Amino acid sequence: MSYLEDGFTLRSWLASTDHKRIAILYALTITAFFFVGGSAATLIRLELATPAGDLVSHDTYNRLFTAHGVIMVWLFLIPSIPSVLGNFLIPLMIGARDLAFPRLNLLSWYLYVAGGLIILVALALGGVDTGWTFYTPYSTMFSNSWVAVTLVGVFVTGFSSILTGLNFIVTVHQLRTPGLGWFRLPLFVWAHYATSIILVLATPVLAITSLLVVAERLWHIGVFDPAHGGDPLLFQHLFWFYSHPAVYIMILPAMGVASEIIPCFARQRIFGYRFMAYAILGIASIGFLVWGHHMFVSGQSVAASMVFSLLSFLVAIPSAIKVFNWTATLYKGSIRFDAPMLYALGFVGLFTIGGLTGLFLAALALDVHLTDTYFVVSHFHYIMVGGSVMAYFGALHFWWPKATGRMYSDLWARIAAVLIFLGFNFTFFPQYLLGVRGMPRRYHVYPAEFQVLNLLSSAGAVVLALGYLLPLFYFAWSLRAGRAAGANPFDARGLEWQTPSPPPTHNFDTPPQPPEHVYAYDPNAPLRTPA
Amino acid sequence: MNGDTDARLAASFRLLAQSASSIAPRSDLLFTAMLLLCGAVAVGVCITLLWFCIRYRQGSAAVRGTVERKLGIELAWTLLPLLLFIALFTWAAFDFVRLYRVPPDALPVYVIAKQWMWKLQHRNGRREINELHVPLGQPVRLVMTSQDAIHSFFVPAFRLKQDVVPGRYTGLWFQATELGEFPLLCAEFCGSEHSAMLGRIVVMPPADYARWLDAGNAQPGPAQQGFARFRQLGCSGCHAAGSTVHAPALEGLPGRLVHLQDGRTVVADDNYIRDSILLPHKDVVAGFAPVMPSFAGQVSEEDLQALLAWLHSTKGPP
Amino acid sequence: MNSRTLAWPQHDEAEAARLGMWIFLGSELLFFGGLALAYAWARAHWSAGFAEAGRHTHVVLGTLNTALLLTSSAVVALAVACTRHPPQARWTARLLWLTAALGLAFLAVKAFEYGMEWREHLVPGAGFALRTAGSELFFLLYFLLTGIHAVHLLAGVVLMGVLARGATPRGVEAGALYWHFVDLVWIFLYPLIYLLGRNT
Ligand code: HEA
Ligand code: HEA
Ligand code: HEC
Ligand code: CUA
Ligand SMILES: [Cu+2]
Repeated sequence: MSYLEDGFTLRSWLASTDHKRIAILYALTITAFFFVGGSAATLIRLELATPAGDLVSHDTYNRLFTAHGVIMVWLFLIPSIPSVLGNFLIPLMIGARDLAFPRLNLLSWYLYVAGGLIILVALALGGVDTGWTFYTPYSTMFSNSWVAVTLVGVFVTGFSSILTGLNFIVTVHQLRTPGLGWFRLPLFVWAHYATSIILVLATPVLAITSLLVVAERLWHIGVFDPAHGGDPLLFQHLFWFYSHPAVYIMILPAMGVASEIIPCFARQRIFGYRFMAYAILGIASIGFLVWGHHMFVSGQSVAASMVFSLLSFLVAIPSAIKVFNWTATLYKGSIRFDAPMLYALGFVGLFTIGGLTGLFLAALALDVHLTDTYFVVSHFHYIMVGGSVMAYFGALHFWWPKATGRMYSDLWARIAAVLIFLGFNFTFFPQYLLGVRGMPRRYHVYPAEFQVLNLLSSAGAVVLALGYLLPLFYFAWSLRAGRAAGANPFDARGLEWQTPSPPPTHNFDTPPQPPEHVYAYDPNAPLRTPA
Repeated sequence: MNGDTDARLAASFRLLAQSASSIAPRSDLLFTAMLLLCGAVAVGVCITLLWFCIRYRQGSAAVRGTVERKLGIELAWTLLPLLLFIALFTWAAFDFVRLYRVPPDALPVYVIAKQWMWKLQHRNGRREINELHVPLGQPVRLVMTSQDAIHSFFVPAFRLKQDVVPGRYTGLWFQATELGEFPLLCAEFCGSEHSAMLGRIVVMPPADYARWLDAGNAQPGPAQQGFARFRQLGCSGCHAAGSTVHAPALEGLPGRLVHLQDGRTVVADDNYIRDSILLPHKDVVAGFAPVMPSFAGQVSEEDLQALLAWLHSTKGPP
Repeated sequence: MNSRTLAWPQHDEAEAARLGMWIFLGSELLFFGGLALAYAWARAHWSAGFAEAGRHTHVVLGTLNTALLLTSSAVVALAVACTRHPPQARWTARLLWLTAALGLAFLAVKAFEYGMEWREHLVPGAGFALRTAGSELFFLLYFLLTGIHAVHLLAGVVLMGVLARGATPRGVEAGALYWHFVDLVWIFLYPLIYLLGRNT
């Protein structure tokens, strides 16, 4: 009996401790938040189609991009791959029957939903206007919006992240099936292991920082407000101490996804498995030491800026290794371009461009000009949307047959992938040019000379939105009418493919046998399933 | 082809905003270098990716096989970027440090940012709002602070930006190299009308500038104001020579090394002096009793800048 | 469960609980660490205000509470020891109840202390009693630090109650680990709050 058939009542879902059901719960809630955040983005782009502030008032605009950033970061991207796919796949990939703490896993989902609802309540009451960075003293002294409520929401979701991370770490340590050593783990698992460490160690700092901001708003004395002798830069240090590692929370799982999809559709072993694993650990650890690169013009000391800049360049090395290794994996393979592969290739290209522009920002003298302009906006959308969201969609397509037992229309999925890729570049490439020419971010109205590029960007966003809407239809269609997938439609090597699709409630009847190499693909035996 | 069309062509295809300060060309050079290098890497990665995709697509005639691990290649593409990155870092850091080395003859301008305007004052007391007139070819030094949230002084044509933070002074210097008007923008989010907090920099020939400066000079300069405040606020009661209170002489203080009670030695920069007035118990000078009262709440940002200007204009005993 | 389940390698749930607790405590360390950083920064900035405010804390109550917590830590350690000696196993539950009781006593003292501070106008806000700049900030951080610590202790009391009503030895060990951590945090807070200001 598959996990989907194990009870049909609402209760059997909302009280389930099965990691697969919880993953589905996450998938539904996260998709909802993605569309809420995306609607805010749509309004932003509509407003920016003309230089004048004609669609919404300035206060509304400020609330829009704040809601967009807060929702996309904390309610969509951070939980996306880990909580949906990590939750679903990690036990399967290591041959376990569930996570180490199944009830804690359910609690994490409820905390996530509670935090999300609190943030939505703040939004319904009128929203927040500080930007997702909550810089003091604006957020503590000058903003007349629902800062405290929103931060309480962020605080609660933070605990959901911490508990998920803790659960993953213990699971990977304790529940690997006999014979599955550390260097036989799929890179997807490695990536989630490293991500979990960041979740556990960085999130509490965000939690305490939010509490300090809330306290300061309530009592109007505090550590961040210079009018009372506080230091606004202290807030920035604390915030980025969390938020820079957080960007690696958002990219490492995506890297894990690419490392599963590319070998499968190239029928080739991943190039340099060990280097890939070390690179993941390298990114996770050096990533803790570079937060000050967000503060080059904040008034931080020149010496500190130099150190942070150097370390930011260093943290790019492991990313470089990964890009080169994915490329090398294609060499002498036998490549098929199913939808997941298109998403994965798109991920590699767009991540590379986004990462390389990160180097411009890490270069001290250039950041002085580029910081707080659309160049930064474009940099992080290239990585987070072009990279992580692309990988998230690739993962959804790759493991959809496993989770539902059904195939979707590969043709439509490929059309969506191409549409998203084109729409994405159309939307965000012009923003690099805007940034270089000096258009600041968070601008509700802007000088008329920037209109052409902004219009292009807004037009691209429409294409992008269409691309994101398509999967809703063909995925829904596949649930009703899709062809049965079989246990292993892509003839992949991971343990998750050794059990039926959809998997039974207890995942495996007997402990699965790990293959002698995680990526034991044979390039001379092409993928034969009908596309 | 004549130079005029050339210029117009260049302007219409310009990737970067017009450049008008002494450091802008350096910034643009670094940008171009990085664009070429990173562009080459991006194109290289994408072309290799596409080429492999085409050559090794399923069903093509290419020879396939399992690829063995090649340590040499892996080390090469780890170490090569490392070297390049160190080079880029060094270049960028070198230019960055220059941004903080203020020429000693730079003209001081005092800037106060508030929601949502820029207030500026020249050394002879002439005030401006949202407009800054500067002479061509002469270094100008800004001493900036904010009355409320954080703002950021951004002049795209100068390739310069500096956050303006409440509770402390931040600085910026530039030397304009083109005549004309250049937009001044606020780049740090500061509330409702952040995007309307605009101004302009007007670069004038030095002679015009001198005339302009004198024309609006109805009030005393910041240094004189500062001296006046020094007496009105009662500072002179303790700090003037011959006072009965044992307090340090302040003439020539800016830039001097100060030994503190707790053994530290600090340079008396603008932020130190600011804190000495608002938080006198934070850094007590060695050999003095901590009797100075805090003036927080009694002096405005304008007063503080005036006091600073006066201190900068004084000369101490050699 | 069908017979196949038996073939499944049993994983050590208690070991998992212990590892999980260590990771959780690592996370907690950074949580308190952020606050401690703010405290350290503020203390360096406002030494006079902090010294003055420190003199208005109730050192007797603080010391009493330190004694209570240290005792409770010893008791919970004994409880763990008892789980290892089957003859003494029945003592485990009683010792856990005693630990919880000591925790509650701590909270009662703390509540009493908060009450006194309320009456002495030491709660930040309008009408705050002390004048020296920085003293209000001290009390803000004081309430945050001790408040968060109290919440942790309350969770610990509940945990002790749950464990006392029946738990595996390793479960008791994980619970004790948590209790020691909460105690340890207090050992750091005690001098920072009650002692530092007094000798100046
Ligand atoms: C998933 C998210 C993500 C990721 C992975 C990254 C990755 C990187 N980021 Fe980015 N960044 C953000 C999200 C992310 N960033 C966000 C959200 C902000 C703005 C926040 C805000 O203000 O709102 C930001 C802002 C930001 C800034 C501050 C800008 C400013 O405000 O002034 C800087 C500055 O150093 C920076 C640098 C980098 C660098 C060096 C990397 C590196 O890790 C990238 C490494 C990858 C590569 C370099 C590409 C592959 C490498 C090669 C192919 C090697 C070969 C190359 C050569 C030899 C040249 N980022
Ligand atoms: C983490 C993930 C993430 C994601 C996925 C996105 C997705 C998008 N973002 Fe977002 N963005 C951020 C994170 C993210 N962003 C952050 C952190 C900021 C900074 C905020 C701050 O400054 O504080 C930011 C800021 C930001 C700005 C700058 C605002 C400003 O500075 O003034 C802009 C402007 O173009 C923008 C655009 C977009 C667009 C067009 C998308 C698109 O990819 C979205 C596409 C999705 C949809 C469109 C939804 C699906 C479709 C529908 C709902 C149907 C209806 C729509 C139509 C028919 C058009 N974003
Ligand atoms: C009651 C006497 C008194 C008054 C009034 C007073 N000061 Fe002071 N000031 C002192 C003493 C004593 C010191 C040295 C001890 C210390 O650093 O606190 C000092 C130190 C300073 C310093 C640091 C000097 C150094 O050498 O580093 C500055 C700057 C300063 N005062 C400026 C001012 C200004 C400006 C005012 C008026 C707005 C003012 N003071 C009013 C007594 C006073
Ligand atoms: Cu001032 Cu933005
Ligand atoms: Cu960063």
